[in-house]
Amino acid sequence: MPFDQETVAELQNRSRQIRRDILEMVHAIQSGHPGGSLSIVEILLVLYRKKMRIDPQDPHSQDRDRFVLSKGHCAPALYAVLADMGYFPKEALKESFRRINGMLQGHPDMNKTPGIDMTTGSLGIGLSVGCGMAFGARILGKDFRVYVLTGDGELNEGQVWEAAKTAAHHRLDNLTVIVDANGYQNDGPTRVEMNMEPLAEKWRAFGWDVQEVDGHSIEQLSSAFDQVPAPSGRPTAIICRTVKCKGVSFMEEDKVKYHGTPPDGEQLSQALSELGC
Amino acid sequence: METGSFREALGQELLLMAREYESLVVVTPDLAKSVRIGRFKEMYPNRFISVGVSEADCIGVAAGLATTGLIPVVAAFAMFAVEKPFEQIRNAVAYPCLNVKIFATHAGICVGRDGATHQAIEDIAIMRALPNMTVLAAADATETRTAVRAALRHVGPVYLRLGRDHAETVYDREQEFILGRADILRSGSDVTVIACGLMVAEALKAAVLLDQQGIDATIVNMHSIKPIDEEAIIEAASATGAIVTAEDHTRIGGLGGAVAEVIARACPVPLEQVAIDDRFGESGSQAELYEKYGLTAESIVKAAKRAIARRDCSRRH
Repeated sequence: MPFDQETVAELQNRSRQIRRDILEMVHAIQSGHPGGSLSIVEILLVLYRKKMRIDPQDPHSQDRDRFVLSKGHCAPALYAVLADMGYFPKEALKESFRRINGMLQGHPDMNKTPGIDMTTGSLGIGLSVGCGMAFGARILGKDFRVYVLTGDGELNEGQVWEAAKTAAHHRLDNLTVIVDANGYQNDGPTRVEMNMEPLAEKWRAFGWDVQEVDGHSIEQLSSAFDQVPAPSGRPTAIICRTVKCKGVSFMEEDKVKYHGTPPDGEQLSQALSELGC
Repeated sequence: METGSFREALGQELLLMAREYESLVVVTPDLAKSVRIGRFKEMYPNRFISVGVSEADCIGVAAGLATTGLIPVVAAFAMFAVEKPFEQIRNAVAYPCLNVKIFATHAGICVGRDGATHQAIEDIAIMRALPNMTVLAAADATETRTAVRAALRHVGPVYLRLGRDHAETVYDREQEFILGRADILRSGSDVTVIACGLMVAEALKAAVLLDQQGIDATIVNMHSIKPIDEEAIIEAASATGAIVTAEDHTRIGGLGGAVAEVIARACPVPLEQVAIDDRFGESGSQAELYEKYGLTAESIVKAAKRAIARRDCSRRH
């Protein structure tokens, strides 16, 4: 069902708050990856707030939908959304992220953080894990869905395509991969460093149902998720065209730098005033 | 000596265990036929997943299955079960401590004619270096069965190392397999031979040869390489003062390394290794390879004498 204006406005408001949390988190510890975190905010909010069958009070429920952040370095965005959902107190974001003895590790850890369904960090593994979860639902006779978020740089990893063929061959229609196509990887623009375009054609050729959306459009994301599972019985790939460092002008202008560089105090103030929160 | 086959035993035991564990699921990278689980595939098609020739994916899929509460068993050759997808095992299985069982046949140069690319001779070293990982090795077909059951009883990741075929019989009947506990097959007072896998049978033959020369050997099957039975090692080291380790594995970081770590800390005595020197294997029959690479009862006898000589030399000084 399409979102009404009120829902869209609510999620847009929340997206500003989540971006603020991300920036404050990486600023507080002066470590972490803001760029790719800022590009997945709307994706996470639409999933966690509106689409996934989850209960923050019961994070281990057998029947819950699963989410795997395969691009694990963008944990700040996931942590901010999980805290916003009530999986753990929001104070943890600044007090714990990347700190010794902290529950919020540099990359997601399923054994330390409530709400994390799979430990990730090493790129390329998440979609295989998602396949395993989707097989699990089938074997256990459960109807939960599995969402895996990958980066476009991550698509360089051969294992992603190993998993892509497994999901298609076994017709894992309860599995959705979301590609955060922000156009940048560690060393630079994906088109320069390692061009994987055309993305939609690649996923289609591997036997997936493919949708391509503006990854910052709450309406488009919502309608894409509403089409899962595909009537074709195929797994679904949603390619989200996004902007790395979305929402902060000086970061958007230097995307390579802000892949893994936190803002300093002055930059943080500027960023927050731009976000209007 | 009677022989059995590791892989036939694995296939048969998984069939039995499928009945006992409803949550057992087998995942393989296109090696069902080769690890003899074809029957499992026929009888339990809903609990059998082939991911094709993709080992990294295989481990990831197993990890995902484990997160849902199922017990995935990865069945493949050691080279493709653990050496190729090592990083996936490290980050997606060992670190999150997921209940994945990796049952690997074709470990060591016992693989034979396929040659060096298929002979995993470093697998004990790399797998036991992983926190959370349990590492087991079965000595024969009968022990393959009990090891499979012990691995399934344990909650957490397990690597079970098996040979291929031609397993000389060490156990004529089943004996309980306890994680962290060695099996003392023979007690002697002059030297201790600690072996695993196919080398256990060689160690038993060596004990007979040594006995003929008036040397009384303790023979230990160290089937639980991690956790290792420190108590048994220390006790044997104190009692005999001379240790030999024997394994179908490189001499770097395997069973010999594991035993050396214990005795160096707790009870330093001479230790001699029967293992593959720091080099790769080649094609040949299992018997030819064991002969050429020194994995024989005769090598164990020589190593035992060296260890005893070193012990006696240090006692004189």
